[in-house]
Amino acid sequence: MRRNGRLKFKAQDTPGPGAAAESLHAITSDGRVPRPSLPHEVRPPATFGTERLGGRTSSAWERVQLARHPQRPYTLDYVQLMFSEFVELHGDRLFGDDAAIVGGLATLHARTVMLIGHQKGRDTRDNLLRRFGMARPEGYRKALRLMRHAEKFGMPVVTLIDIPGADPSLVAEERGQAFAIAENLLAMSRLRVPIVSAIIGEGGSGGALALGVADRVLMLENAIYSVASPEAAASILWKDGARGPEAAEAMRITADDLLAFGVVDAIVPEPAGGAHTDHAAAAQKLQDALVSQLSQLDRLPPDELVEQRTRRYRAIGVFEA
Amino acid sequence: MRNLFRKAPPYITVPGRARPGPAAESNGSDSLWVRCENERCRELLYGREFENNLKVCHKCEHHARLSGRERVSQLVDEGTFAEHDARLAPADPLGFAAEGASYRSKLSEATSKAHEREAAIAGSATIDRLPIELVVLDFAFMGASMGSVVGEKVARAADRAADRSTALVTVNASGGARMQEGIFSLMQMAKTVTALARLGAAGVPHVSILVDPTLGGVTASYAGVGDLIIAEQGALVGFAGPRVIEQITKQKLPPDAQRADFLLEHGMVDLVVHRRDLRATLSKLLRLYAGVRRLSEVCAETAG
Repeated sequence: MRRNGRLKFKAQDTPGPGAAAESLHAITSDGRVPRPSLPHEVRPPATFGTERLGGRTSSAWERVQLARHPQRPYTLDYVQLMFSEFVELHGDRLFGDDAAIVGGLATLHARTVMLIGHQKGRDTRDNLLRRFGMARPEGYRKALRLMRHAEKFGMPVVTLIDIPGADPSLVAEERGQAFAIAENLLAMSRLRVPIVSAIIGEGGSGGALALGVADRVLMLENAIYSVASPEAAASILWKDGARGPEAAEAMRITADDLLAFGVVDAIVPEPAGGAHTDHAAAAQKLQDALVSQLSQLDRLPPDELVEQRTRRYRAIGVFEA
Repeated sequence: MRNLFRKAPPYITVPGRARPGPAAESNGSDSLWVRCENERCRELLYGREFENNLKVCHKCEHHARLSGRERVSQLVDEGTFAEHDARLAPADPLGFAAEGASYRSKLSEATSKAHEREAAIAGSATIDRLPIELVVLDFAFMGASMGSVVGEKVARAADRAADRSTALVTVNASGGARMQEGIFSLMQMAKTVTALARLGAAGVPHVSILVDPTLGGVTASYAGVGDLIIAEQGALVGFAGPRVIEQITKQKLPPDAQRADFLLEHGMVDLVVHRRDLRATLSKLLRLYAGVRRLSEVCAETAG
């Protein structure tokens, strides 16, 4: 199911997802993670530009292109492929319904879970509605409402993260964007049901973390996760948004980086060439990973769950004492 | 605005003494005359009077930015501040280096500018003899961006406050995330809030004071979930800053957008307080929360 004609790869030469996943776990002796180059047949689609750094190819930047690929499966694609039932629930009961975050009741392996995810648009009209997944305060508050709902009825929460960054607009500010994100972090850190998050595309800034405080964090092989989009980081660091490829490299935003840092727990392999080449295969891998993580968390009583989650986040940070 | 902080200070700071603010035109607190930073004011202020007025312009009420140490000395009872975790120093978890900007060099620049090891100063103190745990951010240190040290100091202060049942007061000013610490910076949002959740479960209040400017990941984490949120008069507070919004939406924002009164109007903060009233307001609030505890004890006694 190759949707982009510009992608050229020969199936027999491409290592399988298993091989890719294995190589991602290798760590060099100094604790740094080597940056595995993608199978040489895979090239970012020309429509997204293939920026080069002084003639060198940035593998982190290639991941950025894959994470943003316009045919990459989005939350609702995974919903269709992974869940036998899904009823979308709308609105934050305070102000509105943000189409950039979707959520609802879903059946995963014969059990009901609360599914919440960022949703990008597939075309221009869709993106007018969904703002490329850039959620607004009402989106975070809808997510919070649904998480509380899940807690009340003892449903595990599954979140799918795919946001370039929070919505930089005055309306988002006047509705308390920062406060909405902060409230989500607080609620998620104490939620008495299991939370499993998966970064499926772009994990950009606080808007990603607002759905991402979890017991287990999974990351798709070609997804990225960062404190700010590479362009935004470059603009902050060097006042030059065009230096995104450099920032992508320096900030260590790929799945293997984050696994080594202990920020994500496991990498979900993608079909050779990227998730966009085969939505069904990508969804199957993600589904397997989610089911396996949830079944491990099932054994923990709520107090233990919250305690472990607290310890997990309390331990992240590198400094000299 | 940024350029004000780029100037190398033409003086040497004596350790332990308050660092003069950016408004000082010559030798810090000894300077005779100071120019108000407000572009629309630019009043020439008598240095000592400006200091006595807590670095607020007497003409236009513009609140000049304070160093962390100045803030501490304005807020707490004299001689009561006992610093904690002063030894925590930043590491370089990403080995961050990009053309002309290694993290290490940025850090040593910041240290010589702010005369601090990091952007957060944490400690125990009292306000009108009521004990508090205090965290103050110093904007002069890399825009008080939140890296691992800031996150750890906030989390430890919250833990101390929970263990000692003393209120946590945070005074926040921040440009947002510490880009050079990448994902570790983002994760400090989760870490600080997780510590605050524990504080909340212990029934101990957190008073978050937002001063000019508080943006990004600090507003969107521990500073944004204060049990009480106070904005200092005129403070710029938000997630995305006005420059970013204007750049992306191509719209000019009204001058009062994202300022303290704008936040009050939109229901985001409990109070907007003038700097001269900040200490008295905190004292009054702390007494009220201390009163709650006494009341519950009374109830327990009655029941017993």
